[in-house]
Order: sequence, then C-alpha cells, then structure tokens
Amino acid sequence: MLNHIYLDHAATAPVHADVIETMAVVMKEQFGNPSSIHSFGRSARSIVDESRSKIAKSIGARTEEIIFTSGGTESDNLAILGVAKSYQKNGNHIITTMIEHHAVLHACKSLEKEGFEVTYLPVDEYGQISVEDFKKALRDETILVTIMFGNNEVGAVQPIKEIARLLEDHQAKFHTDAVQAFGLMDLNVTELGVDLLSVSAHKINGPKGIGFLYVKQNTALTPLSFGGEQERKRRAGTENVASIAGFAKAVEIASIDRAEKVEQFTELKKLLIKSLQSRDITFSVNGLLENSLPHVLNLSFPGTDVESMLVNLDMEGVAVSSGSACTAGSIDPSHVLVAMFGQESERVRNSIRFSFGLYNTKGQVERSAEVTAKIVNRLTR
Amino acid sequence: MIGKKKGFSDMIYFDNSATTKPYPEVVDSFVKVSNDFFGNPSSIHRLGVEAESLLAQARKQMSELLQVNPSEVYFTSGGTESNNLAIKGTALMYRNRGKHIITSAVEHASVREAYQQLKELGFRITVIPVDAEGRVSVTEIEDAICHDTILVSIMHVNNEVGTIQPIEEIGNMIKGYSKILFHVDFVQGIGKVALNIQKHHIDLCSISAHKFHGLKGTGVLVVREGVQISPLFSGGNQEWKLRSGTENVAGAVSMAKALRLTLQRYETKLRQISEIQGYLLKELKLLEDVVIHTPNSGRAPHIINFSVKGFRGEVFVHALEEKGLIVSTTSACSSKKKAVSHTILAMNVSKDVAESAIRLSLSYENTLEEANKAISIIKTTVTELREVMH
Repeated sequence: MLNHIYLDHAATAPVHADVIETMAVVMKEQFGNPSSIHSFGRSARSIVDESRSKIAKSIGARTEEIIFTSGGTESDNLAILGVAKSYQKNGNHIITTMIEHHAVLHACKSLEKEGFEVTYLPVDEYGQISVEDFKKALRDETILVTIMFGNNEVGAVQPIKEIARLLEDHQAKFHTDAVQAFGLMDLNVTELGVDLLSVSAHKINGPKGIGFLYVKQNTALTPLSFGGEQERKRRAGTENVASIAGFAKAVEIASIDRAEKVEQFTELKKLLIKSLQSRDITFSVNGLLENSLPHVLNLSFPGTDVESMLVNLDMEGVAVSSGSACTAGSIDPSHVLVAMFGQESERVRNSIRFSFGLYNTKGQVERSAEVTAKIVNRLTR
Repeated sequence: MIGKKKGFSDMIYFDNSATTKPYPEVVDSFVKVSNDFFGNPSSIHRLGVEAESLLAQARKQMSELLQVNPSEVYFTSGGTESNNLAIKGTALMYRNRGKHIITSAVEHASVREAYQQLKELGFRITVIPVDAEGRVSVTEIEDAICHDTILVSIMHVNNEVGTIQPIEEIGNMIKGYSKILFHVDFVQGIGKVALNIQKHHIDLCSISAHKFHGLKGTGVLVVREGVQISPLFSGGNQEWKLRSGTENVAGAVSMAKALRLTLQRYETKLRQISEIQGYLLKELKLLEDVVIHTPNSGRAPHIINFSVKGFRGEVFVHALEEKGLIVSTTSACSSKKKAVSHTILAMNVSKDVAESAIRLSLSYENTLEEANKAISIIKTTVTELREVMH
C-alpha cells in the first residue's frame, strides 16, 4: 500500500509472508481430512498434532488442553457458554468486567436471558478493575469469572494472577480473554492460574478464521456445536488444517525476539507521545503507560471528534481506529471509555486508538504524529 | 511424504466426499487476499473498506452461484457450524411455538448430534426411516407433522451411499405449512446434483467449501429472506448479527472461486463423472460376493458404496492403499470411532455386510483411466485377501 501507515494492529494484523507460504504448501500438498484413516488423513492429522503441540508449549499447556476454534469470538463464547452450561448445577452467578470485548459481554448477556446472574465489575479512570470489588462480588454460587488479560481499546492489563489466587479454593472456573495479549505478554497458564484462555490467530500475523481455547484438564465444557468427534468432542467440524499450520507458524514467529518487540512497541508508544508533545497540541493518554499492553495506545484529543479524526487520518494514509474494530461501522461511544470516564465525558467522543505491530518504524510513527497534529490543529482551530 | 510405497501424487484419490484437494486458483486467491487485503472488514479506514468490499463481492458471487440473494448468504466456519446453526438456531428461536422436529435416519453426524442436545432441552425428534435405497418417503414426513412441528431437516445427497432425497417434493409439501422451516444439508450435493434453493422452498441450506475444492474452515448457511433464527454465539454482530467474529475474507473469496470453478465443471464434466461411476458400478457388480449399496437410480454421480462380503472395511481400505488407491470406510467424521455406517444399517443391510462397506467418492478431477486402475487394484486385492484368509 503506497505510503500507507498501518497503526491498527489490534483490529487485525498483516498476515506474515511465512505464514501464507506455510498455509499454501499445506493446501496444495496435505489436503487430507485428519479424520480419514488413510495416509492423506494421517499426514493431515500429524500437521494438526504438531501444530497443537507447538501452540500448547507457547503457553505452558498440555497438548490435549488446546481446542482449535474459528477465532477469538468462538473461543470466548465456547468458554463462557460451555462452562455456564456445564456447571449451572453448582450456581448461576458469573463475574466479568464492564470493559470486556463484545464476544464476552454478549455471551454474558445471552446467559442473563437464560436466568444467570452476571456482575459487571467497574473500572477506574485507568481502566483497571479493583481486586476489592472483585472480592465483594465473589459468592459461593459463582461458577465463572471471565476477565480479559489486556484490554483491546486502552491496553489496561488486569490483575489476573491475583484474582486466580483468590479463586484457588473456590469452585468458580476462571477464563481470560488473552486475544490482545497473546504473542507479546508472557502467558504461562500454570503461573497465571487460569482455567480457560482465548486466543485468535489474526491478531498475531496469522490467518483469520482460526483461534484456540485453552481448557485446563478436567474442566467440563458443553460444546457449541455437535457432529464428528474432532477436538475431543468439544468442537465438531473438519479441522482447518492449513490455518492451524499457519497459526502455529505465526506463534513461532511471535516468539522470536518477543522481548525486543515489547521494547520496540513501548518505544514507539513513547515516541508518538513525545512527537505529539513537541508539536504543542493538547492530548491525554486514556489509561496508563505502565501496566499496559505494549502495542496499544489510546489518546484523547480535546476539541476534536472521533469521526472526523478517523476520516482525516485515513485520507492522509494513516489507519487507526476508534476502539474495537468489531464495534466500528457504527461509531457508538466505546463502552470501555464510558466505563472509565462516564457517558458524559468528552473523552468518549474524542479518542483514538493507535496500535503497533511488526513492520512499524519510528519514521512511520513520527510521520503519524505530524499528520495527527496537523489534523488536530485544523479541527480545533 | 507419508505414503509408504508411493508419493501422494501417484495415488488415486477416491475419497472426495471426505475432503477435496483445493484448486490451484483457490489457493492463489487465498494467498493474494491474505497478502494484499488483510484489513478487518469492520474497520472504517481504507484497508477495512477494501476488505469489506471484497467480502461483499464474494457474497454476491456466492449468491449468484447459489441463485439466492446476497443478503441470504451467511459465512460460517464450515458444514458442521452451518448445520448446527440452522438446527439449534431454529429450535431456540421458535421453542415457544413448538418443540417438535422431523429428520431422517441417514443424516450427517453434525445434524444427528445437534439433536442430542435439543432432546435434553425437551425437544421431540421424529426420525423418518429410509427404504432399501436409503430414501425417505414424503408421505411419511407429512404424516409425522404435528401441531408443534417447527423444523424439517433432510439432507440432499447422502454422504455415504449417494442417494438423492426428494427435496423438491418435500419442499412443495412443507410450503403448505407456514409455521415449519425446511433445512437442507446440501454439503455433498453441491456442484454434483442441482438444487434450486428458492424454487424448492428451502428456508435454510448448508454448504461446506472443502467438499468442492475450496478451503477447510469456510462454509455458508443460506437463510431465506424473512426467516429469523438465533445465533450459536455472539459478539461483534458480524453477518447481520447471526454470526459474530472477524470475517475470514480470504476464505470467503476463495470459496466463491472454488464454487464458480466447480459449477463450470458441472456444466462440462458431469457426463464424464457419471460415466466413471457407471463403469465402476458395472465392474464391481461382476465381482463375487459384492453388494452394492449405492442405489440404481436417484443417486449422485460421485459416490459408489459397496461391500465385499467377508472383509472388514478398514482391512480392505488399508490393503487398497498399499496399492495406491485411496478410499474410505464411511464418513470421515465418524471413521475414527470405527462405527459401522449408520446409513447402510438404516437401509436394512445386515451388520456383517455393513461392516464391510467401502466408499469410493469422485471429483471432476478423476479420470476413467484412474477408474480402470482402481478396478484392477480392487480385483487383485480381493484375490490376495481371499488367499490370506483361506
């Protein structure tokens, strides 16, 4: 794309050339159905097995604890609906937060219609939940706690380990949506102490249409769809072999120089802020710089409105977003910003998310700051 | 290469009902879209808009090829999801209207298993038996209709023996019952046996791309205009709120390509595939102790199912593979658990014979020459296995 600067990696990331190559080879040469008992099937099966094992290792899980799904949304829904239905005999209370991705929020809403009771934890102005609030919300009949690892709009990282510790002697299963965190943050399921964890491939330079759900062994899970005995009967449907192989490749790529990437994205964040400051425009950061996903930066520009910002930035060749891509289309105020600042705050109408990824350079970030400053000046003149 | 004696390319692949090899053009489409149009269709910047417009184009192409409206095409992750969405989505949407569903005894696992969960939720499922050719009777379906029937779900082409069900007649009959939805699992029929979704009054129709040289992980549920069903899962409200999740743009584009190429071959190669099937059936009938399960008439042109009495299916499949012929025992989705084909049992075939069943399934890429070779491999294998057993 000519002179295009892509700073919307939290929406989706470019597919890595090696991922595409891996997938094309599988499509052409190993197209068998993994359930078939002949060599074409066995060869496809071995690709699925190897990929599963690589992916499991990346989060310190056992191979059989990984269920491949069609993506983050399905993983979140499978975790939440699956646990709720399996454990409803033990209680009907669920705890989540007000700033989850819609895949989580809508799954919880649908459970409310079926008679479950859901507590939505509030967040402070930095997008952080309070552990005290959580303690107060927790009841004996709580069966599921679902709290995202890192927020997709403002980057706030939640105290997952602390909450897991509080749940050690509690019946509730603990799910975390790690879609934005996976690939950059250190996610070891044993250290974290979670029972379920959702990941999507297309956020880490993998293909769309594939994701996984980690499910700790001995966790019951009612499937969303039924059919063949794939994925240990927890997710029916012919395995998407090529995408699974592409996903494993993307995980491998993500793991290379991970610490350097975290540092690099953090630098880009700081650079963007510094460059904007040097251009003497008014803005503030939504959320904190520390305790935050390294690739997500949400900025509020007083006196602007999100829609004209996005349109103008796009015309200048800078792709950013108002928040979650999944709620884009309609520019409703972000539920995350509303939770942080209240419905009436200016910030819910003048904030922009920048999200970094592979191939972003300092030059691109400086250029984006320049363009952003120009537009802000024009809009606030 | 995994094949012990031969590379994959030397093998005769007669297991196209399990999965097909993607057309090179399909892979090219996938690669091109993944490289050049990776945007999220929900993003409002240029990359998102480009991805969205490609997705809309794929939807329009699919709709034209399926002869439905673009707004009736819902992208899913494949046949299993489409079937589950159709059946559970109808059941959950209309559970207050009624809790009775009618289906056949020969459906795919993704349809059969979906009912298990519905039964637990208090639904009643009437399973219509089939005749010796594996076919349901329209009268029996109509007789099974109750005041609280909300759904009739019947597959188009059976995946194990190839029987075509009387979809047109069923559709015409159901048209008279305004409160009943009609779902058709079109996964095996598409591209091989024509089906007019609109004319036959089909409300919900499932397809899967990897059965017609498209990619795994992509499929469609056609939902007729005005029909409302509940989603299986929720989130970002993509696909008109029926199927949330970032759209697999490259997958959708490559599926449209695969269907276009398949339907072109339907025009030019249907006679050839029927001739190959006819030849295989004729030759198999000449063999001793062979029972053909595929019906004489009203069958899809790509499936041949038969038993050689006395040989267990798996043994025969492995023996054929040794000689370079790839076939299967039953549907791939159930072949893991070594179950006997439930379709063949439903056709009132004895368990013995059903345990010997073998399915050959063709695509337009197969040739008469391959069929010739396949027959000679089958003949030699039968002779050798008989010698071993005596």
